[in-house]
Amino acid sequence: MSGLLFGGVYSLMAVGLTLIFGVMRVVNFAHGDMMVWGMYLAFVLATRAGVDPYLAFAACAAALFVLGFAVQRALVDRILDAPHEMQILLMLGVALVLENVALVVFGPEPTRVRSALSTATIWLGPVFLDVARLVTFGVAIVLSWALYVFLFRTDLGRTMRAAADNPYGARVIGTDVRRVYAVAFGVGAACVGAAGALVAPIVPFQPPTGLSLSVTSFNIVIIGGMGSLLGAFVGGLLVSVAESLGAVFLTPSLKELASFSLLILILLFRPAGLFGRRAS
Amino acid sequence: MKWLGALAVLALLALPAVLNSYGVTIFILIFFYAFLGQAWNVVGGYAGQLSVGHAAFVGVGGYTAAMLSIEKGLTPWLGMFVGGALAALLGAVIGYLGFRFGLRGFYFVLLTVAFAEICRIAVSNIDALGGALGLYITFTGDPRQFQFQDNRVYYYIALGLMLAATGIVALLERRRFGIYLTAIREDEGACEALGVDTLKYKLLAMILSSFLTGIGGTFYAFYLFSLQPGTMFGIPLSVEIILRPIVGGAGTLLGPLLGSFILTPLAELSRLYFGQSGLHGLHLVAYGLLLIGVVLFLPQGAYPYLRRLIAGTRA
Repeated sequence: MSGLLFGGVYSLMAVGLTLIFGVMRVVNFAHGDMMVWGMYLAFVLATRAGVDPYLAFAACAAALFVLGFAVQRALVDRILDAPHEMQILLMLGVALVLENVALVVFGPEPTRVRSALSTATIWLGPVFLDVARLVTFGVAIVLSWALYVFLFRTDLGRTMRAAADNPYGARVIGTDVRRVYAVAFGVGAACVGAAGALVAPIVPFQPPTGLSLSVTSFNIVIIGGMGSLLGAFVGGLLVSVAESLGAVFLTPSLKELASFSLLILILLFRPAGLFGRRAS
Repeated sequence: MKWLGALAVLALLALPAVLNSYGVTIFILIFFYAFLGQAWNVVGGYAGQLSVGHAAFVGVGGYTAAMLSIEKGLTPWLGMFVGGALAALLGAVIGYLGFRFGLRGFYFVLLTVAFAEICRIAVSNIDALGGALGLYITFTGDPRQFQFQDNRVYYYIALGLMLAATGIVALLERRRFGIYLTAIREDEGACEALGVDTLKYKLLAMILSSFLTGIGGTFYAFYLFSLQPGTMFGIPLSVEIILRPIVGGAGTLLGPLLGSFILTPLAELSRLYFGQSGLHGLHLVAYGLLLIGVVLFLPQGAYPYLRRLIAGTRA
């Protein structure tokens, strides 16, 4: 059950990644490291200003939006037409910088943010639930839904999907594609900013956590289908459940094996993912 | 060019006579990472198949030779070839799956990462292989067990590895095989249309690359005297491996060497310097910035740039 609840966060991470990929065809290797920055921002807000992480997530999302916007404008924008390899290397560079700046600033010790809700639990019939996990799940689902509404019901969202479908056509009808790209990157980063703040009270984190979070997001997005929002959402829940089942039936340290094996199978037999429309 | 190379090799052979022990250590690492970079270069540079899971081969090679030495007393001088062969086998499996199913770009990257991570997690959970704590090799100083009192022996072995790998790649460059690989990188569809068996050549490149990397793993294990799943199989090592050839110039003969001569001293000195002042991550920040800079300003690496520069001054 807690596996499914954690899945909300996985979904939010993956939705952010798939948005960036879907619009720009760039894989954000710094995704997990951006998430760790969301966690540390929540940590700083909680310890310095006493803001509960469940309220701070909006501020974290805003801050990460700015970071994502800036990364797109300053770096990614220059290599949109470069080979995939160069884009991957550039994003690896960004990931290294983000992770290690966090290491220099915050130190290597695992950190955890306290929330008023951390210790509360409720009983639901025979199972008991962490209130913190429940709130995290709820907020993550609401945010994913909000993103969906943004993309499909607002003008900016529609423009974004148009630019994703056909950048040239979008430019012809007068869209500022560069701005749309920067906003898309910003929104994708904001997703992990919020996700980071939401999990900060649940799991301890340290700067190297970012790497495994990135890898997990890739798993989910590949499993769900690159560029598919629904796929990312369902994939998040699926991977989270697979990992918690793996932790129950194997040993906890082997739980990642479950998702990596799933990943390899999907890569080989259905590279477009479960919900992807076209194979690459 | 030829006598320049010979002169450089002579200088490197004579160098330990004037270096202190810290200098020797730095040069060992330069040679070692240049060797790994050259091994990666075969498949990542020439064939253009971006593997970010080469640490898997280091780990398999290192663990195999170490286990054979600890359990069976087999000398790592032979064990390294067993390790290399097992690494090549893993490379063949990964390569076959990836190439047969047509995974390109990001998908191939993820496949290699996934295999390396599975190896890491599996080894961390197998107690016979030391589990998460890793393996320790007791120091006896016995040359037959690949252990040497004198650091300079490691220096010459690492130098030999680097030169051997570079020799192999130089040979490849002149053969049909090397030309096929470059052609596959540039336009795979056209190669297939001309009747080149691209699957076979990509697979051969992967096998050669992983075999060499596996041998490197043995050296690494017996140089450090300890093996941990995180350091032998982890993504950070994979990134270290690809960084040097890319900075130096992927798909060029001297790129990995140049990259290692630039990056390794930088990494070691800044690790030492920043480590002492308690700022542990700073050298990796510099790394990341360097990588971004290379992608933006020198996308082909330092070696092609240098060559153009030299050609420019001559003309």
